Amino acid sequence: MANAFSSPSLPSHPGLDEWVSVKPDGRIAVKTGKVDIGQRISTALAVIAAEELDVPLDRIEMIRTVTGEAPDEGITSGSNSMMESGHAVRLATATARRHMLAQAAKRLDVEAGTLEVDDGQIRSRDTNRSVSYEKIQGNKPFEIDVDPDVDVKDPTAHRIVGEKIAPLGLSEMVTGEYRFLHDMKMDGMVHARVVRPPHYKARLNSLDEDLVARLQDSGINIVRDGSFLAVAGPDEYAVIRAAEGLFSACDWEAGDGLAEGDVFESLTANTRESRPVENDGVPQDKPVPPMADPPAGAAATLEARYDKPYHAHASMGPSAAAAISTDDGLRMWSHSQGIYFLRDAVAEAFGIDPETVRIEHVPGAGCYGHNGADDAAFDAAIVARALSGTPVLLKWTREEEHAWAPYATATSMKLRASLDTDGQIIDWNHETYGDTFNMRPRSGPNMSGAARLLSGRYRDNPPPEFIPQPAMFRHMGIHRNLDPLYTFPQKRLVKNLVRDLPLRTSALRTLGAFGNVFALESFMDELANAAGIDPVTFRLNHLEDARGREVLEAVAARMDLAADAGIGRGIAFAQYKNLKAYAAVGVELEVTDAAEIKLRRAILVGDAGEIVDRDGMAAQYDGGFLQAASWTIHEQVTWDRDGVTSRDWETYPILGFDNVPEIETVLIERPGMPFLGAGEAVAGPTGAAIANAIYDATGLRLRRMPFTPEAIRAAAMDA
Amino acid sequence: METLSLTVNGVRQEITCDPSTPLLYILRNDLGLTGAKLGCGLEQCGACAVMIDGEATFCCNRPVGEITEKDIVTVEALSNDPVGAAVQRAFLAEGAAQCGYCTTGIVVAATSLLKENPAPDRNAIVVGLEDHLCRCGSHARVIAAIERAAQELANG
Repeated sequence: MANAFSSPSLPSHPGLDEWVSVKPDGRIAVKTGKVDIGQRISTALAVIAAEELDVPLDRIEMIRTVTGEAPDEGITSGSNSMMESGHAVRLATATARRHMLAQAAKRLDVEAGTLEVDDGQIRSRDTNRSVSYEKIQGNKPFEIDVDPDVDVKDPTAHRIVGEKIAPLGLSEMVTGEYRFLHDMKMDGMVHARVVRPPHYKARLNSLDEDLVARLQDSGINIVRDGSFLAVAGPDEYAVIRAAEGLFSACDWEAGDGLAEGDVFESLTANTRESRPVENDGVPQDKPVPPMADPPAGAAATLEARYDKPYHAHASMGPSAAAAISTDDGLRMWSHSQGIYFLRDAVAEAFGIDPETVRIEHVPGAGCYGHNGADDAAFDAAIVARALSGTPVLLKWTREEEHAWAPYATATSMKLRASLDTDGQIIDWNHETYGDTFNMRPRSGPNMSGAARLLSGRYRDNPPPEFIPQPAMFRHMGIHRNLDPLYTFPQKRLVKNLVRDLPLRTSALRTLGAFGNVFALESFMDELANAAGIDPVTFRLNHLEDARGREVLEAVAARMDLAADAGIGRGIAFAQYKNLKAYAAVGVELEVTDAAEIKLRRAILVGDAGEIVDRDGMAAQYDGGFLQAASWTIHEQVTWDRDGVTSRDWETYPILGFDNVPEIETVLIERPGMPFLGAGEAVAGPTGAAIANAIYDATGLRLRRMPFTPEAIRAAAMDA
Repeated sequence: METLSLTVNGVRQEITCDPSTPLLYILRNDLGLTGAKLGCGLEQCGACAVMIDGEATFCCNRPVGEITEKDIVTVEALSNDPVGAAVQRAFLAEGAAQCGYCTTGIVVAATSLLKENPAPDRNAIVVGLEDHLCRCGSHARVIAAIERAAQELANG
């Protein structure tokens, strides 16, 4: 093996032409199945290609991801894109370079070893003769496979990998020229809006036929399929008003409404599927062993329960999609993270051949998992099929995005651990409870793709309800980062998939890792305190992983131990899924007299393997910190019998510009090492570091998010 | 339907529309200026900010019929404005966006802020952005970009 980079995308897409081509003008086209959702993956992939081929970055053209054209790399998720597509593009471009150099050697009649490349010109050091990439390969297929064992460029020769690069698209973003899906315009296009029921359980009894007639007379199309109702017309604002008017004039059957009550009680009281988790994070198909009494040598045993509420994606832009249905098939534009899965699910829902559906990815607002994108795409397709031949641009409203997109489930984590007389953990129990994180539309038996598209449940003759089963892969949903990276002599880990919870859930950035790391890294502080050992030393006493120790020590070295009185300091650490990027987080904060948390300083230390796009990686850490701080301090989805009540930015507040700390982001250099993917590493440690800093500042141990002034006051009352 | 006259980016335009239509839809659909975004339609997030008579204003709910006599400037015109262009350069230098959906509104707000207060301290920047939301967590970079733009403008 001549390199450290293996990609699971290559076995199914081995052909070099599936990844790279040279255009006649010398530009290099790079294809990927991973889509840019604000995480700057396209910039990182372009940097990799430009480096390996020795061309300037502006000669790389990242090709938009379209079904049937791009390699199918599944979903853009799980911090996997750099390891999957990044590794593939590095190996593909290295293979392309070697192939073109061999051709050039023949053409120039020199040894390939005498060739070097500068700006796409292949030049012989011996003869000074040269030939360009496009002369050799312009518009001609390679017709070879990517060589997984190809020699890649030595990192000491890197020119742009690891440098600070202006992200692709940013110059258009600041001028308004950047085109989001929402900005699409097509000849003869109609705007569309869905008229949603008041809540999940409500169904449409009847329409006000007078209003329908009036709307139709004014040029508004009304599309109904069971309880799915949408309006479409050429004037966007007229469509919005029609949707609002129609909603009020519909007769809705409210049904039983949503289950009310304390979700944290439901999490541990409802029916559940429980599985023990062993062997570094893999659930086992066997009964859960009962929890034993604390071991005989235990000097102290602590128990604690931590809770995290439902969180919304709350993307800045409500989801949108475009579609047109003609005799040639169904053409769609979506900001989904998984356009191939979406294509198959849409085809399944309509009973049509997936090959007749073409989906092109177009950027939407920042997306952190399975938000409303796929559902909006299906909505647009339903309307487009009803208005055959007419291009449809369908947008969700702010309310829809907040109230109908899938949430990250509420989770509860129950921990118990015992210390020996030396302050070492000798027994560790962690049970985690939650709803599913795996509700992306994926076709399969019983129309499992159609059943997971929101409007699929509201059309006539809906597919059977999809019942999720416990995910059994390593560090999947609920049990992601359930298994700590620390070495404990005895561990009992259990995942519980809880039934009959009130809200629609699916994947949101880190899945279960955010709750699990919040719990275990808060508990590590509680145990350190009980052992009378400082939290950094206590962690290091249980941590063998050298890279883990390095990020932890780096953050500890940068904490301001002489911070002012009243400043609380907390640290936390994790390696995402115990195999992706490392993150250690240090937080300094103040709890004001009004019981508000003021973030003063954050130190983020990351190790995500070789650094490709330095600023992009830093942005994943500092942006991830601020988003997770927002979850931790502010966010929770609320509902009552009549539906979700957190339906906008006032009822679902998020972190604002008034609580932004000074952030120091430190990236560990790992040249030549596999890319680990930086997008999700920092979130879990952020929640725990804030909890630990609040404890340091106030002596209050907060175990249920969000850490609002009300929660802090309640904790103070209980103390 | 009425025919209204609007001054957008220095150009007078005749628009035939329902005067209750919020300005945002006129800009995006009738004038092809899609830089301002619909984030909420509730004046809660700032993605739709444009300048009306020099003041950053959320226009997702502002009936176009009420602003015919005013001077409207959108993000598309800011490259031609020395302060706007400095803000845009600073956003690039600081990598101050991820998805970019909130960015145009924030660029408008930042430009308006620096025109009013060429040397804002950090608190003034925070106050100037208090009604703007960002979901990707670019806040710290945005603040740094505005500080950079102010510095650049001060240095001439």
